[in-house]
Amino acid sequence: MRSIAAEIALVLKLFRHDAVRQRKRLALTVAAVAWGTLSIVMLLSFGEGLKRSITKGARGLGDGIGILWPGATTRAWQGLPSGRPIGLREDDGVLLRARIPELAEISAEYAKYDSVAVGQKRVNIRIRGVEPSFGDLRKLVPRPGGRFLNERDVAEKRRVVFLGEETAVDLFHDEDAALGRYVEIRQTPFLVIGVAQHKLQMGMYNGPDSKQATLPYSTFKSMFNATKPENFVYRAASLESGDQVKSEIYRVLGSARRFDPDDERALGVWDTRKMQRINAQLSLGIQIFLGVIGALTLLVGGMGVANVMFAVVKERTREIGVKMALGAKARQIMLPFVFEGLLITLLGGLLGTLLSLGLIAVLGALPLKGPAFEILGRPTFSPGVAFATALALGSIGMVAGLFPARRAAMVEPAVSLRYE
Amino acid sequence: MANSNGNGKQLSPDGAMIRMRDIRKVYSTGRVDVEALRGLDLDIAANDYVAIVGPSGSGKSTLMNLVGCLDTPTSGEYILSGDRVAGLDRNRLAEIRNRHIGFVFQNFNLLPYASALANVELPLVFAGMPARQRRERASALLERVGLADRMEHKPGELSGGQMQRVAIARALVNRPAIVLADEPTGNLDSASGRAIVDLFAEIHAAGQTIIMISHDAAVARQASRVVHIRDGQIVPDGDQPMATAAA
Repeated sequence: MRSIAAEIALVLKLFRHDAVRQRKRLALTVAAVAWGTLSIVMLLSFGEGLKRSITKGARGLGDGIGILWPGATTRAWQGLPSGRPIGLREDDGVLLRARIPELAEISAEYAKYDSVAVGQKRVNIRIRGVEPSFGDLRKLVPRPGGRFLNERDVAEKRRVVFLGEETAVDLFHDEDAALGRYVEIRQTPFLVIGVAQHKLQMGMYNGPDSKQATLPYSTFKSMFNATKPENFVYRAASLESGDQVKSEIYRVLGSARRFDPDDERALGVWDTRKMQRINAQLSLGIQIFLGVIGALTLLVGGMGVANVMFAVVKERTREIGVKMALGAKARQIMLPFVFEGLLITLLGGLLGTLLSLGLIAVLGALPLKGPAFEILGRPTFSPGVAFATALALGSIGMVAGLFPARRAAMVEPAVSLRYE
Repeated sequence: MANSNGNGKQLSPDGAMIRMRDIRKVYSTGRVDVEALRGLDLDIAANDYVAIVGPSGSGKSTLMNLVGCLDTPTSGEYILSGDRVAGLDRNRLAEIRNRHIGFVFQNFNLLPYASALANVELPLVFAGMPARQRRERASALLERVGLADRMEHKPGELSGGQMQRVAIARALVNRPAIVLADEPTGNLDSASGRAIVDLFAEIHAAGQTIIMISHDAAVARQASRVVHIRDGQIVPDGDQPMATAAA
């Protein structure tokens, strides 16, 4: 019995014999596997990037928050008619916080459209007065060096403002130039304490956060003589307790204002968790879609590889016959084909993966701006996908080469020798 | 490594290198069965030089395939160098072809992308011989057939006669018991053909058993024995056509 090492050396020798002439075809097959790997890896990398930006965008408004608006009753209740408007009051926040332990955070939001000016430059935007928790609820993250409103701003009715980044650019040409400068609201100077970091915001009410100016609600109330909050923004302690918090809000305010707690229209509540769920399903759908396209691409690529391997073996049936006549055993005929399949897989997979990594790096470095690119996101590489793709293409190629080779090696050599 | 690589030394009990009894070969092509060999008997002794002649369709090629273990008979007994061939598995048959039989084909059947040397080395590759030994043996044989200066040439760079010399070197390289040649001069011009026939005579003179199929009476005359085959059977010696009976 010959040792396994000698057997492997023999296969390598046979393979080298075969491969020298086949350089061009080998290169083409490797290119086919590389291209298949590249296509699928890129497709699924874009899918992953898209999923991430959809998730990010869905949370741009705030993670698991609810928004509470005034409404009007649609049912008579305790002798009161339907169609009665239910407004919001400043102390509703205090009431809800006291009565609902699952309510983690809540902030009133007062708002008015007015102008904000720097010298001769003037923009008309939504100005809102909020509590410090609003920044966390609505993902208003300050750019480095700045901050959001705090309790002392509220307590001392400070004249400070947190600007949306687009408003900052409109007024100061540059986001970072605004910090520490003053803007004028109703002829009163306000110190810019922070500018919002850019964020992908896919859900909104009353316009994007990038074009708003945010003041402490105490300052806002005295400046604009506001008494009623436009809405409240809240968050439950956990995603699961969101439904319970929502019905508790109806119950607590229903008994305070005397409306049927089952009357959904008495108050407007937008539970954004629903939107997040839909977005999660949407991105799953997109991934399945891309996965199916990827699988079909893989199949096409695999058929290409299979076709090449099949043609190669067919073309060499006579040669297989000659080798068998000279004393080659079946495995000495087949192993070089298997080895070729492995080599093609390895080289093609590696090449395709490297190319996709390069392409992803190039795409990542390109200064692609605009909402479309922002939602498309950056393609994100997944090593598992690359590996699985190369493996699938390689196995198809190997099987496609192995079967005709096996068939050729299993007939009588006389038959293979007659093959034209 | 038990190597029964005989130089025609292993014989069947009565001294025949090849002994075939009642060999039948039936090809099934769909509904029609074609009987290519119908109960053929053949004995060939060691160091013999046998020419097998017969009209096309007579069963010559089928006989060659069976003698060379490229195909198996439908029935009958075949003993090669003392081994019963029937019932051997594919790997064992491959070993027999590798060690006991050297093939020379009409259309050369060289690997087009490999050098003359690599082509001659091929049977030794399948036998698992180390590279240095392979190279030594193959180049010695190429020298013997007069191609010392063509070793690194590809088949495409050689003439027909030279290609057939490479094929003969390849057939001899593993020191087979028998060289089987199927119309070795069929694709050559007459001068090259004559040279190849001379080469076979030389090889035979050195003690090699040769079995050759040929249409060419002049080629067949070189053999020490001519076997006629017709309708899948050997034609008895007294019943042979004039053309070759004169030999």
